[in-house]
Amino acid sequence: MSTATNRTVVITGLGTTSPVGGDVSTTWQALLDGTSGVARLGQDWAEQLNTQIAAEAAVDPTEVLERVKARRLDRSAQFAVIAAKEAWTDAGLASDDGEDRRVDPDRLGVACASGIGGVHTLLGNYDVLHEKGPRRVSPLSIPMLMPNSPAANIGLDVDARAGVHTPVSACASGNEGIALAVDMIRLGRADVVLAGGTEAAIHPLPMAAFGNMMALSKRNDDPEAASRPWDVDRDGFVLGEGAGILVLESEEHATARGARVYAAVAGAGITADSHDIAQPDPKGLGATRAIKRALAESGLEPGDIRHINAHATSTPLGDVAEALAIRTALGSATDDVVMTATKSMTGHLLGAAGALESIATVLALHHRVVPPTINLDQQDEAVDLDIATKQRDLPAGDLAALNNSFGFGGHNVALAFRTA
Amino acid sequence: MASTDEIRSDLADIVNEVAGVPADDVKMDKSFVDDLDVDSLSMVEVVVAAEEKFDVKIPDDEVKNLKTVGDAVAYIERAQTG
Repeated sequence: MSTATNRTVVITGLGTTSPVGGDVSTTWQALLDGTSGVARLGQDWAEQLNTQIAAEAAVDPTEVLERVKARRLDRSAQFAVIAAKEAWTDAGLASDDGEDRRVDPDRLGVACASGIGGVHTLLGNYDVLHEKGPRRVSPLSIPMLMPNSPAANIGLDVDARAGVHTPVSACASGNEGIALAVDMIRLGRADVVLAGGTEAAIHPLPMAAFGNMMALSKRNDDPEAASRPWDVDRDGFVLGEGAGILVLESEEHATARGARVYAAVAGAGITADSHDIAQPDPKGLGATRAIKRALAESGLEPGDIRHINAHATSTPLGDVAEALAIRTALGSATDDVVMTATKSMTGHLLGAAGALESIATVLALHHRVVPPTINLDQQDEAVDLDIATKQRDLPAGDLAALNNSFGFGGHNVALAFRTA
Repeated sequence: MASTDEIRSDLADIVNEVAGVPADDVKMDKSFVDDLDVDSLSMVEVVVAAEEKFDVKIPDDEVKNLKTVGDAVAYIERAQTG
């Protein structure tokens, strides 16, 4: 029987493979150290593009996965299953024989988002179709390219039977995955949910398309300085790839099995701009409403928020709109918020961005230290925020943090986390 | 013209590439599904790779008759001489 509850949702496991590390500990240390994951692309196809830089995964997934498993998964699903396995193990749920005995499969769910889906598989097989004919198109194309493939493969790996979902809301997808997981647990549909997002879109077609939207940085001669949120010289985002997966769990379930708790998900705010398919609302009204809703759902006051991991992709319009939205939503309490934009190091992971940045937010609360924003040489005057350019400590006591994600289509998702 | 064992050996390499089955396990009397754990989608991949490797056509209707490695080798031999 599913009934709405006010169950507290906690985070008990983290997993990622990102442009700055193949796991959580490596990624977190790289973020604290201010390490850029952006580099010039070595592929031949990059030479014909205006943007020739990206933040590729630090560890290639085919080096991690067994060969036959890897060849049956799109790159986006490869990232997802690697991150999910780490999160699952980190949560203490993986037993030695690989068979979990501590979560009832009927109470275990997955919400793994994707912004774009299996483009490498789709476009790679389109090339095969043209070059070799329809007979050569892989029979695995559909189960590999479908956007729900990463979620479904995670579900198969952990035997999740409570529901397997793939929210799709462009660059807000990862946060929406986590928000959906919170709902699943609060509605009593699941006790444990593997939630987050994945993306693998470093391919000439998406690169060309984002480039033609004037969305990408063209700082090819200085890749590590290309992603520069809030800086006056920012000229677009840098495409990144990877996955982030968090184990969300009802507090009673986590307590009953003695799980280590990183932080709690206090609540989520989801809104839509209804302004433009690609441009942000210049005043950030939808983002403001998302932040306010997240606070309301969480029972938090603006003064409780001491840290925000911003969406801040390094685009001229978006960074300012978000800054305005934060100040409008939090008012004078904004002055006490330590801001960071980890995209300055990881680039923009699209549908995985919210998930990776939620991991960074959770670890910032857990360790009480905020990773820096790199490349902020001269802060845009329109951005009235206190931005960490070096590691910054957070105070002791109960505190809360936000992670914002916004996506093409006008999707806004603010997640609120609090110390456990 | 390839010998029977050359065909089996090349087919074994394809099955290894597609499904991860050790090539030495791909023996004439082995069933693709029951012994080698090659599922239906992987079987299509094996067939298409075999068509390319051996320059033969294996119609979809024929695939269901290829239960064992020996069935497939025999079909490829016939198709090459035919």
